[in-house]
Amino acid sequence: MASAALAAFVAGRRRRAMLAVGCLVLLCLALAVIAIGQGAVAIAPQRVVAILSARLTGDPALLEGRDALVVLNIRLPRVLLGLLVGASLAVSGALMQGLFRNPLADPGLVGVSSGAGLAAAATIVLGDRLLAGTAIKLPFALLPVGAFCGGLISTLILYLIATRQGRTSVATMLLAGVALGALAGALTGLLAYLSDDRQLRDLTFWSLGSLGGASWTKLSVVAPIVLPMLLAMPLLARGLNGLMLGEAEAWHLGLPVQRIKALAILLVALAVGASVASAGVIGFVGIVVPHLIRLAIGPDHRLLLPLAAVGGATLLVGADIVARLMVAPAELPLGIVTAAIGAPFFLWLLLRRSTALDV
Amino acid sequence: MRGRFIPATARRSRPDRREFSAAIGLSLLAVAGLVAPSAVITRAVAQTPDRIVAAGGVITEVLYALGLQDRIVGVDTTSQFPIDALRDKASIGYVRALSAEGVISLKPSLVIAIQSAGPPDAISLLSEAGVKLARIPEDLTPEGIASKIEAIGTLAGAAEPARRLAAQTTERFDELARLRDGLRTRRRVLFVLSLQNGRVMVGGRNSTADAIIGLAGGINVASAIEGYKPMTDEAIIEAAPDIVLMMRNSGSPNTTPDVMFAMPAFSSTPAASRKALVAMDGLYLLGFGPRAPLAARDLMAAIYPDAAIPPLKTAAIP
Repeated sequence: MASAALAAFVAGRRRRAMLAVGCLVLLCLALAVIAIGQGAVAIAPQRVVAILSARLTGDPALLEGRDALVVLNIRLPRVLLGLLVGASLAVSGALMQGLFRNPLADPGLVGVSSGAGLAAAATIVLGDRLLAGTAIKLPFALLPVGAFCGGLISTLILYLIATRQGRTSVATMLLAGVALGALAGALTGLLAYLSDDRQLRDLTFWSLGSLGGASWTKLSVVAPIVLPMLLAMPLLARGLNGLMLGEAEAWHLGLPVQRIKALAILLVALAVGASVASAGVIGFVGIVVPHLIRLAIGPDHRLLLPLAAVGGATLLVGADIVARLMVAPAELPLGIVTAAIGAPFFLWLLLRRSTALDV
Repeated sequence: MRGRFIPATARRSRPDRREFSAAIGLSLLAVAGLVAPSAVITRAVAQTPDRIVAAGGVITEVLYALGLQDRIVGVDTTSQFPIDALRDKASIGYVRALSAEGVISLKPSLVIAIQSAGPPDAISLLSEAGVKLARIPEDLTPEGIASKIEAIGTLAGAAEPARRLAAQTTERFDELARLRDGLRTRRRVLFVLSLQNGRVMVGGRNSTADAIIGLAGGINVASAIEGYKPMTDEAIIEAAPDIVLMMRNSGSPNTTPDVMFAMPAFSSTPAASRKALVAMDGLYLLGFGPRAPLAARDLMAAIYPDAAIPPLKTAAIP
């Protein structure tokens, strides 16, 4: 009797999970198609399809001209960057929430965002001055590279602080992350004070995030960093499931706890660093999406991680459609849209906290 | 694998978790790999600048002054003079946060952008798209303004009217310089950008406010500060301005002289004794377009009310 009920329960949950998977993948694909089809430049759907297929078949006639340029060099890289950044932010959020066993953890917690923000502020404000004497003209690459390195360095510092005798204390890491975040925030504020009017506006827009700068070059840098992270998810899922029992219990189960922690932090630092460097700071994706997925299919990381990736990609591509179309031909900063969607949802989550937030 | 990632995941009713996550990654990789390597496309756009996009308020202002407004199809949000510009033309957003596709959607034959227009990614996408794009350096000197006008006019195919407008502006600046030389004393001016929460934000050196104060024959007392920065109450008292200059409708909504000079920072300044608060339209004052000599003249008249500064004679020329 009991085993039949259990089997039915498991089957029900599985069915629900599969339904969620199907819906989400379909939604993601639909939004990606809409995003490639719609924009400030009006291009008929059949022409978009023709251009895309011409790219594959190599019909050169269709690849000339404004429409082809918009579809292939502006929208397509933008949608792909949105998918990658959204997926990496959401998976990072799920990893951090699993690792810290805290529903409020987000990718910023390991210092990536604050470190990247500080480094970006430094390149915006001091870049001109540092390079003034040299022959190097400020290359566009300096900001993303700086942000990426800043994120990695601050994560490394945090990891070193929290690791004693080969064991990383997540509690120490959490607290040290808050402290380092405050310090980076203060230094960013100091740089904002030193900046002129122009730099201050650059800083503001950078901190609101945008996929506007998407290009194939950018994508070719971000993809090799983010894709391995997405591919490595299955390695972590079982370990994070074990960690839900508690660190000591997971260790007694024979899980390589320290290795899981180090790998998760490394992956998050790399992927979020790359995301922030390419699209600026985009809030709420990392914290909201994993919760939504968990509410739908439960806390099993084997399903949660890949679904968070699809969910994050979906949210970001959807938000970018809004950002691009709402005030066209101008554009809203993406961070405004994700936060406008994310913040009310987050409040709703907090209100349901006592029943639903079982990580 | 080519292009077949969708059926591969959808066909199976119950994908293994590892395969599932691998498929997401691989499919992204596949799409990127298919399209990326040779997606760079260039295309020349028609050369006659009959569809101009102006990115920067001063550019819009000059184009309107040259009577070229019918050729403008889009302006940025800083293009607030003349007021028709933002009402009649499509808005391409804030000049430092442009959208490449948005600008392209206006089918511009020429984009004239001030130097600070951005972000760099959008600018490089525009040039990649074959959009003809010209950058105009930002220069706050009389010579810089004149060459700015000529450059914009030449780009828009109105070189001769632009030359005349530039010459007229230069003439006005020369006249302004003569008025300035006629001043016997120099008054000390403090430009207050905002008064949020009692925190006084002032215009220091290398700011537009500093430049216009200089042109109007005043001394900027905040020149120890770089750009627009907060200034402490004590430093304001120490700076002892004779005049406080503000933009109309900035600071708190009702910054009357009474309110302002009741503030401890200002109450003991020389400006307080005469309640010398000058409020001018921000765009007019700090726009640094063809109207700059007129704005500087008006400011001079406000700083030196007892010197009877005459209007610029050249201003009568239409």
